[in-house]
Amino acid sequence: MTSSTADTIRLRVSRYRPETDSAPHFDEYDVPLRKEWTVLDGLNHVKNEIDTTLSFRWSCRMGICGSCGMTVDGEPKLTCGTFLSDYAPGPVTVEPLANFPVARDLVVDITDFLQKLPRVSPWIIRPDEHRDVEPEVEYLQTPGQLDVYRQFSMCINCMLCYSACPVYGLDPEFIGPAAIALAERYDLDSRDHGTSQRIDVLGAHDGVWACTFVGECTKVCPKHVDPASAIQRYKLKTALHTVKAFLLPRGAR
Amino acid sequence: MSPSGGTPTDLRPYRPRISTWWWTRKRSYIVFVLRELSSVFIAWFVVFLVLLVYAIGQSEAAYRNFLDWASAPWVIALNVLSLVFVLLHTVTWFALTPQAMEVRIDDWKVPGFHILAGQYTGLVVVSLFVLWLVTL
Amino acid sequence: MSDGVVRAAHDVLIVGGGAAGLRAAIAIAETEPRLDVALISKVYPMRSHTVSAEGGAAGVIAADDSLDQHCYDTVSGSDWLGDQDAIEAFVREAPEELLQLEHWGCPWSRRPDGRVAVRAFGGMKNMRTWFAADKTGFHMLHALFQTSLKYPEVRRYDEEFVTTLLVDDGRVHGVVAIGLMSGRIQAITAKSVILCTGGCGKAFPFTTNANINTGDGMALAYRAGAPLKDMEFVQYHPTGLPFTGILITEAARAEGGWLLNKDGYRYLQDYDLGTPTPTPKLRSMELGPRDRLSQAFVHEMEKGRTGQTPYGEVTYLDLRHLGEKLIDTKLPFVRELCLKYERIDPVRELIPVRPVVHYMMGGVSTDLDGATPMLGLYAAGETACVSINGANRLGSNSLPECLVFGARAGRAAAEHATAASGPPPAVEAQAVDEIRRLEHDLLGGGTGTESIAGIREEMQTTMEGAAGIFRTGPEMEKGAETLTELQERVGKVGIADTSRSFNTELLAALELANMLDLSECILAAGRQREESRGAHQRTDFPARDDERFLTHLLVHRNPDGTSRIERHPVSITRWPPGERVYGR
Repeated sequence: MTSSTADTIRLRVSRYRPETDSAPHFDEYDVPLRKEWTVLDGLNHVKNEIDTTLSFRWSCRMGICGSCGMTVDGEPKLTCGTFLSDYAPGPVTVEPLANFPVARDLVVDITDFLQKLPRVSPWIIRPDEHRDVEPEVEYLQTPGQLDVYRQFSMCINCMLCYSACPVYGLDPEFIGPAAIALAERYDLDSRDHGTSQRIDVLGAHDGVWACTFVGECTKVCPKHVDPASAIQRYKLKTALHTVKAFLLPRGAR
Repeated sequence: MSPSGGTPTDLRPYRPRISTWWWTRKRSYIVFVLRELSSVFIAWFVVFLVLLVYAIGQSEAAYRNFLDWASAPWVIALNVLSLVFVLLHTVTWFALTPQAMEVRIDDWKVPGFHILAGQYTGLVVVSLFVLWLVTL
Repeated sequence: MSDGVVRAAHDVLIVGGGAAGLRAAIAIAETEPRLDVALISKVYPMRSHTVSAEGGAAGVIAADDSLDQHCYDTVSGSDWLGDQDAIEAFVREAPEELLQLEHWGCPWSRRPDGRVAVRAFGGMKNMRTWFAADKTGFHMLHALFQTSLKYPEVRRYDEEFVTTLLVDDGRVHGVVAIGLMSGRIQAITAKSVILCTGGCGKAFPFTTNANINTGDGMALAYRAGAPLKDMEFVQYHPTGLPFTGILITEAARAEGGWLLNKDGYRYLQDYDLGTPTPTPKLRSMELGPRDRLSQAFVHEMEKGRTGQTPYGEVTYLDLRHLGEKLIDTKLPFVRELCLKYERIDPVRELIPVRPVVHYMMGGVSTDLDGATPMLGLYAAGETACVSINGANRLGSNSLPECLVFGARAGRAAAEHATAASGPPPAVEAQAVDEIRRLEHDLLGGGTGTESIAGIREEMQTTMEGAAGIFRTGPEMEKGAETLTELQERVGKVGIADTSRSFNTELLAALELANMLDLSECILAAGRQREESRGAHQRTDFPARDDERFLTHLLVHRNPDGTSRIERHPVSITRWPPGERVYGR
């Protein structure tokens, strides 16, 4: 049994309907194998021409909105940037992102992340927070200072890192790579003074210390954020903070 | 802003269970588990070294007994296996160090390769020194 | 209350979570913290299409720049259809808003001394475009979204699709929405509603727009009785990738990129856009306005001087002379996109590009404070038409537009809500009707004879032909007839997906209905405007006609579903209509 003719490729797509199914099953579809087509193009072909009931998220189709993350042949990928021709002759297995509850077909529930994100206070914290007046000019920031945090500001919240992280899979309390990377982004931003406000959340048992540096998050990140790096650096930060708090008298801190 | 509530009870999401063998699924997961396991063998080497130093400190007879014991096949086998794991431990952790620490001199970020090279250089220097000590 | 017909009641409800919507929410949370504000969007806010904007946001900060110059550039860019009182307010507030965003953490690219850097952009006489590498929209959206998390009292309805506005006695009282995860259809009442749902590029086959840009807010307003303004003006961005339509930012040209035809000739010099210089000259050649550049492409195509690809005719964007270092510093995302989607490295090769639909100058008609003629209804961002963009928008004006008018609409909506009374009981009956309509007509599980994708494709093909870069009366007529036929056929669409959970087939059907309504408005206004101005170019009326058409056209929906056009004056303060000159 061949998985495709020369110009088609078979997609094995996970389907799940909560009203009727107790678990997902696979449906198979043959889609055109065009060199410009991504897995997302294949899924859209299925939805438009073969099976209109297939549900999946997508929006920008250029790898910047973070909507279309799915598991393709066992790996978390942005389907808008994953080309069918790289999987020829197929079949290609498309499943929802791992480590998240499956709501429907290829759609997962990411409310856990949305609830965790505010906990790391991902906004600029100024020392003069109570004052209403903003300065009339920009806070100065040299290109060098911007470079220090730039990489960690590139996260598109696609959740591929959560999907790849075995710790998050085994312990859903873990605050997770993207949230920690964003905390580090703000800590490193020269305009921010909020590290002391974030460090207790990040230093908790479900914060950076849950991470065992598997490093998969960095491997799958489509935007080269390197969250594993952010987490290990944050561990050093929280360790130093704890040591300082222990050694130095209250007044000297 | 706070997100609104989740799904109602009549539309149950599917929660897949993680298998105990999750780590066998990907090569990188297997290497990770072996890396973590290697700490056990590091601990063994430390114990072995402590026993060696203690024996030397006792007497020449105690030292010779220790060497006899250490040449038993099972101890050699264990030490060979430990050496493999210690090398794995060294190579993996050296490789991860640049990721875990960022060194900046003014605006210049020290490339990972330099940090890596620095570690291996240090390893070679210390090893040569120990070799010289031992062969004196 | 939350399980019944009416889920919740708020003071202000913002529909859409992009730059404009988030800015409005923050504005209200900061200035009127006692008000109950909520934001509802069919996607999570960080997925909003603001995220794809690349090039930059204009705001006067250079010492040798002036507010008047930015005004003039915008007025002339709009081919004198922009409302000058709105433009003056916009130009004045844009730098403040961009500065506010800097304080909120937006990583604007900097000069070596640490001050914000600015670059050139199309149609602008001075360098005034703030930028965050070539991912300005992404950084702005995430800065806004993360800042909005400081206000947990602002309630968010994520992944909920608004299907109708609740209107009683000419006043808006809220919405009915479907929760995508739960499938529950309920009403949410509010004293003020602000529409910030972006544009409608998906009505066309080739667009930079995302899947979500289906004109939902414009359609909601139109069906509720609010007029849409300047709908005929659809911006074609000159440089989109040929198959995907992915945007290659104008910043590539601002940094010095050239547009070449298949003979390697910088063809823009043939179209009254100046003479080629090795480095970019402001308001000249590749830094001319988008409408003129897209029109030049069509002329080149007619002369047979464009390149052929399996996905249509193209011209070429040449960045090779910029060098790898500049490209990696200033245009890294452009390089990534070309490598990935065209397998081309712009450092060494030419990028094939073509004009693609990018932005709707038209939208829900509002005043300078985002207020529509309907009481309680506001709009901001691309969804609205104030108008600051008139017949053609300058690049890097739309991001600050979202901020300036998002904040203004937020404050105006808050003020209205403070004094307004709650919704009348009649509103609940309307909600029940809408719920019944959706449950029965759409989720009834009937098998249809038409396919959503089929009708959508026909609509897109029709719009490409009838509302292209160059239009004619007869083509627009024919297009309108096809759309009428499609409106009839869409009623026969069956929805095979009967699941309540994340039913994207139902969503696609509702979005298609929105796009069909808006497509009809675009052609209705286009037929009425018998002149060529900005992005609306007619070969049967090739000249600009200030005498007859220096006016906005409003499209109103009649109770029987047809439309009527009314005129609306253009505000002219200090720049009397003149000739649009570029390259000289």
